Amino acid sequence: MTTPRRLAPVLWQAAILAAVAAAAWALVHQALTNLQARGVHSGFDFLPDAAGFEISEGWLPFDATQPFWKAFLAGLANTVRAAVPAIVIAVALGTLLGIARLVPHVLVRGLASVYVQALRNVPLLVQLLLLYFALTHLLPDAENAVQILPGVSLGKAGLTVPWPVHGDSGWTLEWPERTLFGVSGGASLTPEYLAITLALGLYTASFVAEIVRAGIESVSAGQTLAARALGLESSQVMRLVVLPQALRLIVPALTSQLLSLVKNSSLAVAIGYPELVSVANTSSNATGRAFECIAVVMAVYLALSLLISLAMNLYNRRTALRGWA
Amino acid sequence: MRNMTRVDWRRDLFGGPLRTAATVLLALLAAWALWHLLRWGVADAVFRADAEACRAARGACWGVVAEKWRPIVFGRYPYEGQWRPAIAATLLAAVTLLSAWPRAWKPWLALAWLLAVAVGGVLMHGGVLGLPPVPTAQWGGLPLTIGLAVAGLALAFPLALLLALGRRSRLPVARTLAATYVELVRGVPLISVLFTASFLLPLLWPSGWRPDVLMRVLIGLVLFVAAYLAEVIRGGLQAVPRGQVDAAMALGFSRWSVQLNIVLPQALRLTVPAIVNVVVGTLKDTSLVTVVGLFELTGALGLALGGDPVWRAFYLEGYLFIGLLYWVLCYGLARYGRWLEGRLAPQAVLG
Repeated sequence: MTTPRRLAPVLWQAAILAAVAAAAWALVHQALTNLQARGVHSGFDFLPDAAGFEISEGWLPFDATQPFWKAFLAGLANTVRAAVPAIVIAVALGTLLGIARLVPHVLVRGLASVYVQALRNVPLLVQLLLLYFALTHLLPDAENAVQILPGVSLGKAGLTVPWPVHGDSGWTLEWPERTLFGVSGGASLTPEYLAITLALGLYTASFVAEIVRAGIESVSAGQTLAARALGLESSQVMRLVVLPQALRLIVPALTSQLLSLVKNSSLAVAIGYPELVSVANTSSNATGRAFECIAVVMAVYLALSLLISLAMNLYNRRTALRGWA
Repeated sequence: MRNMTRVDWRRDLFGGPLRTAATVLLALLAAWALWHLLRWGVADAVFRADAEACRAARGACWGVVAEKWRPIVFGRYPYEGQWRPAIAATLLAAVTLLSAWPRAWKPWLALAWLLAVAVGGVLMHGGVLGLPPVPTAQWGGLPLTIGLAVAGLALAFPLALLLALGRRSRLPVARTLAATYVELVRGVPLISVLFTASFLLPLLWPSGWRPDVLMRVLIGLVLFVAAYLAEVIRGGLQAVPRGQVDAAMALGFSRWSVQLNIVLPQALRLTVPAIVNVVVGTLKDTSLVTVVGLFELTGALGLALGGDPVWRAFYLEGYLFIGLLYWVLCYGLARYGRWLEGRLAPQAVLG
């Protein structure tokens, strides 16, 4: 027999469910009524239609005659194209800075600390806009682009690098050539792409540095001393004793930083780099299907988040202590 | 790793050839960078609001700040009425500062908050007491940045508390709903939440009631911040030993009274550093509302310089100026968080 003690939780849960369902129904009903009143169609049937806008850069070339779903795909590819190099920069530079903040050398420590404090306390959007302005206005014009390395030049039009192309004689490295109107040939990275990738990588590195520092500090000093007493070199102490233990603390926190890096790539909409959110925004303006476009964006980001979490959790399991959660 | 009690400068900097080389190299590099920075930013810079001199100068043009600081700091708020947002933002900042002082955590503080918000709101909005009305669409600049951050956090807090308690609830339905909400919101970028709020919210309202952009964006911000804050509070709740709940229940406390009087005070104290992180993050995140057409500090800069062909060339100095404003606010908050943590620590040990 059900006693009142057992009944109470059931009633509570029924009440919560009913309240949430009622609120959801009211919102959906209101949305449908409003949509009908405005004569807006809803649904995902616009996805195979021709998009009518172009995407200027990326791995997947996209012109106005191609369908919307391909535009979303090209946008996603552009998100990945910016996020992956940014992750590499953030992890590499962040680890370096984190270790630098712990070395006895006062200058090294001081410079690393200035970097971290300066970047983490200013909004990423401000840094992104600043970098974009610097790249597009302060650099020389394309025809006077600065030669950094042989074949690599930087100007208002972006960064030009040699790029392998497939021709009659197999794969060859195509070198950019200086012409009257700038540089042609090779691959060129637009200022939009450079700005978002660099801003994301440099900003996130300041957070990664703090995580790495905290992780290393969590390993007790006695272990370092013991390892030194056993005759290990300081680089061996770091590699064999400190880092493996620090990673247990570092990996979960690093995961959330990488997740926020990927989400922050959406800030590129502010400088016109055509990543996923920017494409969805354009599609929404073109079709009026705001809800559907936002739904696509959210679904893709949720899937991306899950993927990164999964990968990092697998890695985490390898570094975690045996026998512990 | 940090067991060095005394800093031995000579050994640190010049102990061995490698260290000496690093010291010399880094010192040269730092000196070179500092020299160029000072020459560009101070020696060769123009500080007057003189566009002619700015274009001729080789250094920075701080004149852009001298010329444009009012539209940068106050956005589109009518020029002659800008004392109103100035006072409103000062009031809000004053009660926030007062709340930062643990000794002021008394009931009268709530009254001070109510008063500050009411007076600030009346000042900003106008329409009474002979103040000309100013629609929210014209609010902007630093007061909007501070207002969005404070209002966003204050309104997100109760929702976050509810979500955190929901995730720790005995009821599977409440747990699942709270967890789903938190994970969904944390899985998407703030930009898409803001777009959703500004495009979709009008569809969800009964026709005839039209909340303005500021209201819609604030709702989006609150829903977003609440998910992050909820996770932080949940972490604190988990850190309170289970035995305390059992002990209190054994003493005859009710379930709610246990949460309110025993678990929550300790949990919130434990989460101070993490909450300060969320506060700093929210302050920085307010800059994103510029992509949906609100002119807070970042947007106001674009507005102030973008439409002016004379000063448009000096965006760099403008961004450095607002970057400095953000930096002072965020760094100050972070330092305060460290101080508060230290102040609350002894009590945490006793508790």
